[in-house]
Amino acid sequence: MARSEIADATVADSRPTRWRSIVTDWASDQRAFKQVSWGKAMMWIFLLSDTFIFSCFLLSYMTVRMSTTVEWPNPSEVFALHLFGRNIPLILIAIMTFVLITSSGTMAMAVNFAYRRDRRKTAILMLVTALLGAAFVGMQAFEWTKLIEEGVRPWENPWGAPQFGSTFFMITGFHGTHVTFGVIFLLIVARKVWRGDFDTGRRGFFTSRSGNYETVEITGLYWHFVDLVWVFIFAFFYLW
Amino acid sequence: MAQANDHSARVAHDQIHQPPIRLYLVVWGWLFVLSTFSYLVDYLQFQGYLRWSLILLFMLLKAGLIIAVFMHMAWERLSLLYAILLPPAVVFVFLGIMIFESNYTLFTRLAFFATAP
Repeated sequence: MARSEIADATVADSRPTRWRSIVTDWASDQRAFKQVSWGKAMMWIFLLSDTFIFSCFLLSYMTVRMSTTVEWPNPSEVFALHLFGRNIPLILIAIMTFVLITSSGTMAMAVNFAYRRDRRKTAILMLVTALLGAAFVGMQAFEWTKLIEEGVRPWENPWGAPQFGSTFFMITGFHGTHVTFGVIFLLIVARKVWRGDFDTGRRGFFTSRSGNYETVEITGLYWHFVDLVWVFIFAFFYLW
Repeated sequence: MAQANDHSARVAHDQIHQPPIRLYLVVWGWLFVLSTFSYLVDYLQFQGYLRWSLILLFMLLKAGLIIAVFMHMAWERLSLLYAILLPPAVVFVFLGIMIFESNYTLFTRLAFFATAP
């Protein structure tokens, strides 16, 4: 009798209303994030902490830009490229944005195919994602080289407020590092998918535990986050 | 027990919503369109409040699409959704403090240093 009552209660609670579901999840014993594996929950919590890091960078950028008495260099002109006989404003940054968005699209589809157990398509899409990410980093290296040749340093630049250089190198450098690690992360997981590690239950090198296809989704979360951060950098640093 | 939980969580996850590929392609297309709009804001040289509001609008729409669809937040349980999406709201407090601070710094610079040759 007692048992069936408990069972009934669980059934009744399995489809609670919006707010009630949050309260019951958080008030429950042992785990608050039901139906979410620890791997995914930890990736989300890591991304939350990363959000604060990038927020601090963007806020310090805002602070120095708002408080300087010297004119801020116009990013539209600084990042223009001379193509087809004329200066096109911000064109390299626009291309980088499209490349990163495309990589996010291929990653989202890789996750989908991973859950359908389509190893070949998953691995190929992840490799395409990694390739686009590498292209992004390459374009960023080109951009850095161009700006350094033009005399941009963390302490000075030819066009205006000296803080432009320090915030530029700090923000895009930190983001580029994230992309680089994302590419490495993608290649490692793509290899595991290709080899069929998640079907055979082969144990990982570092963890000595067998993984599953959710690893692809967790890798995807990181990759989409990198794209997400770029959306904010693009808006605040390049367009503002 | 913990393993059994993990396993059931995994099975449950596999069974819950796996959106069709088409949805991703549609979102991808929208992200392209919104990025083009953002770029056009600069290309067409919109200035002032029009520029800033358009930049913020396209930024928020893009961020929303990425989080909701690409990162699957739209299909996660609310306890996780709010645990991740609410804490960044405190950044706005920091934002307010730093706006106040930068205005003050600018004021002191203009009042005491800007007159020097």
